[in-house]
Amino acid sequence: MSERLAMRTPAETPPKRRTRPRRIDADWIRRNGVYVALVLLLAINVVFTDNFVSEGTLRLQLIQVVPVLIVAIGMALVIGTEGIDLSVGAVMAIAAALIPLYIGYGTLVAVLVAVLAGAISGLLAGTLVGRVGVQPIIATLGIMVAGRGLANLFGGEIKSIRDPGIVELGSGSVLGIPYVVLIAAAVAAGAWFLVRRSTYGRRLVAIGGNKRAAELAGLPVRRVLVTTYVLCGLLAALAGVLLAARSQASDPTKLGLLMELSAITAVVLGGTPLSGGQVRIAGTVAGALLLQLITATLIFHDIPDSTAQIAQAVIVVAAVYVQLGRKKARR
Amino acid sequence: MLETEGVTKSFGGVHALRGVDFSLAQGEIHALVGENGAGKSTLIKVLTGVYRPDEGTIRFDGREVSFHRPADAQRAGISTIYQEVNLVPLLSVARNIFLGREPRTRLGLVDVAAMNRRAAELVGSLGIDIDVTADLGTLGLGIQQMVALARAVSVDSRVVIMDEPTSSLEAKEVATLFDVARTLAARGVGLVFVSHRLDELWQLCDRVTVLRDGRRVHSGSMAELDRLGLIAHMLGREVAEVAREGATEFGDTHRRDQEPVLTAHGLQVRNRLHGVDLAVRPGEVLGLGGLLGSGRSETVKAVYGALPVRSGSVHVGGRPVRPNSVPHALRAGVALLSEDRKAEGIIADLSVRDNIALAVLPRFSRGGLVAEKRIDALVETFVRRLRIKAASPQQKVRELSGGNQQKVLIARWLCTEPKVFLLDEPTRGIDVGAKAEVQALIDELAEQGLAVVLISSEMDELVEGADRVVVLRDGAVSGELSEDRKTSAALLAALAGAAAEEEGGDE
Amino acid sequence: MTTALESPRPRGRSGASGRARLARLAQRQGALVILALVVLVATFTFDSFGTAGNLENIALQASFLAVVALGMTFVIMSGGIDLSVGSVFALGGVLAAWGAGHGTWVALLLPLGVCGLIGLVQGLVIARGGLPPFIVTLAGLLFARGLLLLISDEGATTYKVPPGSAFRELAQGSFLGIGYPVWIVAVAFAAGGLVLHRTSYGSTVLAIGGQEDAADLMGLAVLRTKVIAYTASGMLAGFGGLLMASYTSSGVTILGVGTELEVIAAVVLGGTLLTGGAGTVLGSLVGVLLLQVIRNVINQIGSLDSNWQAVISGTILLVVVTLQRWLATVQRE
Repeated sequence: MSERLAMRTPAETPPKRRTRPRRIDADWIRRNGVYVALVLLLAINVVFTDNFVSEGTLRLQLIQVVPVLIVAIGMALVIGTEGIDLSVGAVMAIAAALIPLYIGYGTLVAVLVAVLAGAISGLLAGTLVGRVGVQPIIATLGIMVAGRGLANLFGGEIKSIRDPGIVELGSGSVLGIPYVVLIAAAVAAGAWFLVRRSTYGRRLVAIGGNKRAAELAGLPVRRVLVTTYVLCGLLAALAGVLLAARSQASDPTKLGLLMELSAITAVVLGGTPLSGGQVRIAGTVAGALLLQLITATLIFHDIPDSTAQIAQAVIVVAAVYVQLGRKKARR
Repeated sequence: MLETEGVTKSFGGVHALRGVDFSLAQGEIHALVGENGAGKSTLIKVLTGVYRPDEGTIRFDGREVSFHRPADAQRAGISTIYQEVNLVPLLSVARNIFLGREPRTRLGLVDVAAMNRRAAELVGSLGIDIDVTADLGTLGLGIQQMVALARAVSVDSRVVIMDEPTSSLEAKEVATLFDVARTLAARGVGLVFVSHRLDELWQLCDRVTVLRDGRRVHSGSMAELDRLGLIAHMLGREVAEVAREGATEFGDTHRRDQEPVLTAHGLQVRNRLHGVDLAVRPGEVLGLGGLLGSGRSETVKAVYGALPVRSGSVHVGGRPVRPNSVPHALRAGVALLSEDRKAEGIIADLSVRDNIALAVLPRFSRGGLVAEKRIDALVETFVRRLRIKAASPQQKVRELSGGNQQKVLIARWLCTEPKVFLLDEPTRGIDVGAKAEVQALIDELAEQGLAVVLISSEMDELVEGADRVVVLRDGAVSGELSEDRKTSAALLAALAGAAAEEEGGDE
Repeated sequence: MTTALESPRPRGRSGASGRARLARLAQRQGALVILALVVLVATFTFDSFGTAGNLENIALQASFLAVVALGMTFVIMSGGIDLSVGSVFALGGVLAAWGAGHGTWVALLLPLGVCGLIGLVQGLVIARGGLPPFIVTLAGLLFARGLLLLISDEGATTYKVPPGSAFRELAQGSFLGIGYPVWIVAVAFAAGGLVLHRTSYGSTVLAIGGQEDAADLMGLAVLRTKVIAYTASGMLAGFGGLLMASYTSSGVTILGVGTELEVIAAVVLGGTLLTGGAGTVLGSLVGVLLLQVIRNVINQIGSLDSNWQAVISGTILLVVVTLQRWLATVQRE
């Protein structure tokens, strides 16, 4: 899917006079490096990892990437506005913690309550950023700290979830494709469509590019900002619900921990600049897949956690360096 | 004292400088002139170590030098004063002056008392009366510019490069700045002076170098070159041609027989405007004159809803416009081309197309989705009509020249089909060719019945371009020049009168 | 004490109105006011709060974080951020505990060296490579955590400081009845205040945070200043971990998760602008103390779930930054 989406990035559609003929330069790497890396790593695994090309393995990879992917898409929107959302992990935990509390009212109610909580948290973040004018990193940091505490207060210790509806949501599939994967695909497609075709998407990147100019052009800046954080909160909560459904348990202290970091990494790997003004959904999807595949590759080959983290650190810095190369060259 | 020989610099195949020779003598004030894109700023950046030349040599005091970083140039004694003040607003004046070279006590700590005392002496010697312990950001822009100059003096610079230092200063501040500059020249400092306000060059400079397309096209005494000759060099046109066409592209006056389409009454903005009245008829160009800080930009911003007004009303086409709401003003048919193109206008990383369509998205979408085809058509119309030079509508606005960026913004506002177009310094900082095109466009729009409010610091533009000029002072209307009284002399008198009565206001 | 470290600023005719000045004061010292209120209320509400033992305990507990916050303050004032301090803190502790088995000097110098090196590399990548601090130090967080796992057998081994080691004295000993860590923090912050207000390094940090391009064009050593700030932050984070290891006599591998955020919160509470260019080191100390006092008060209320501490800290952070925004608008008018 990601490859297909990538074909249609806007930079490639128009015939430009001033751009050089397509060749592999820093700009090309920045835009497509993530796909190349993904393909390379897949190839490496096909050759070197036993049993990699099996339905079970691939399926597991796809299921495991779902939470990061969904959160990263929300994060990409927020980063597009020149913001950041550190609260996503805590929101996931809150959402998961609410499921056991409301499961008595039925599966749907429990899921809705959980997702609504995410939206409320996003509304708070959006209001602080968009209306009060607090810096995104600080506003969402506060929500992150308070939110994790709230999740623990709601949820207490680990609770297992036995509700058949939730279990089905986490483990069921249609035509061999797990529900969670379908949901993630739908979220990605929806976000892509939103960014590419909707007025909201246009406004979002304009605001990320130059907020003051967007204001003077009559754009509803505050509303767009609030909407974006609400969407991010919603998606984080959804990811929390799906994660809880898959593990059939809710662990408010651990669930979603450091998720904000993984999500930001996926977004950055995907080529969305932290300086805002651009949202690359297809890239973000590929970034999340790449991140997952890196982790999996290291696990397949029994590389310990320590080395895995160090490797991840180097990859992140390298990815950002590549992304930045273009900007520097322009000066 | 400071010389370049055959300096060439190119960026990605585009030549910004081609074999430029330039020389600055001790104690002289040297004007550096050219259109935007002629290579002035590149030359300055080469001289100050921001860029390194691809070819050619720089000699300072007869020795060949090569600066790797701005710090190198500074250590050698070359300081630069930029258009935007490049100091730290949150630090005090004294700290700004001595940053990096603070006087120390015996313990190696900063001697704050000595630093403040020496800073006060220094600014005093330049004729500036300020509290050196105040945060720089709390002071007016003109004062900040002087502080930058004071810093240059304090580091014993032998060469000071002033890159458009006057563009945001009041007449009085400019005069003080020039005094300080002359004092420095008398002390043997060489000064390079860049300004888009051509009149200033004759007031201050001894010699002039004109650049065009990265080449040096003229170098000589300032006094021997007249205004027409200078413009001819800059444009590469014949002197006679310039004389025939006039300095601006404005045509005759416009019809103005109808009822006003825009009326503003008693606009008040805290500390800025104290009851401004305006009325503009369809097809009329109303000039808005005044010195910096007189409330020109604030007036148009208040009309546009971009500045919170305390009281007052705005009517467009007889109907009231809700105050403090940009979207509402836009819907009523008001558009504002802001003065600060970079910060308040373009969205640099978006395409020409998306920049143009930005303000009309709601009208060009259905069910929250953008109607791409209709936008394409709209954009194409405007790109052709305004002759926007872009490789394609998809090109990023960042990559366009200043003049073309300005045209993109004009297109953005024309898309909204405004009844009233507020233009705040529409030709500032764009090259002469684009300037002429914009001026002609303003005329054309007025002829088609648009009501235009034109703010300009250039007297020519107001006198030739506007049908009527309203002069502001201290946030209130201080006079009006009707069509028959509208001459440069009268405008100057109105502005000067305002300036004479103004006492030490440094907004 | 507050004014002692501030540079003298005669405000003869700076033109600020009384209201604006009050707003400015509140913005800078808002955390101090809240701290005073909380302490006051707690003293009268809980008998055990105001006791010397409890207060000393608060100071001691706060000192580990305070050391880290000092480094973070300079980084944030220079317009950057250091997300790696939590991991580096933990790493410092593990290195110190391991090193204590090889001698006190090893326990002291090894963590400082390694953590300083991590900071140095981050600083170089940020300043020289021009990469965003947020991302670089995020990678640093992973790197330090990975290194920690590597030397502790994937977290399975918890190194102990040998019973007789002099290294234990560092955090467990006391002078005049007050634990060494508290003295260390007092000295460190006094030094930090001097560096900020009375050295050109301090001015340069503020200049870079306020207007980096300007600082560069003025010929200030932007690169070096930033590298020093990140190196110091790494070292101080490592030092905090080292103190903690001395205090607990072991290198706990699970420490420091989320510490970076707590520290950032403390610095911001203390009135340092996250955009850089302004702040005081003393404010950061107040911020750390405030967070610690809240934790202590919640412990005093025995019935209250300890998770309330996070909820309240987070809420206070949000309230304070909202107030700061509001006060900034008041000031402008």
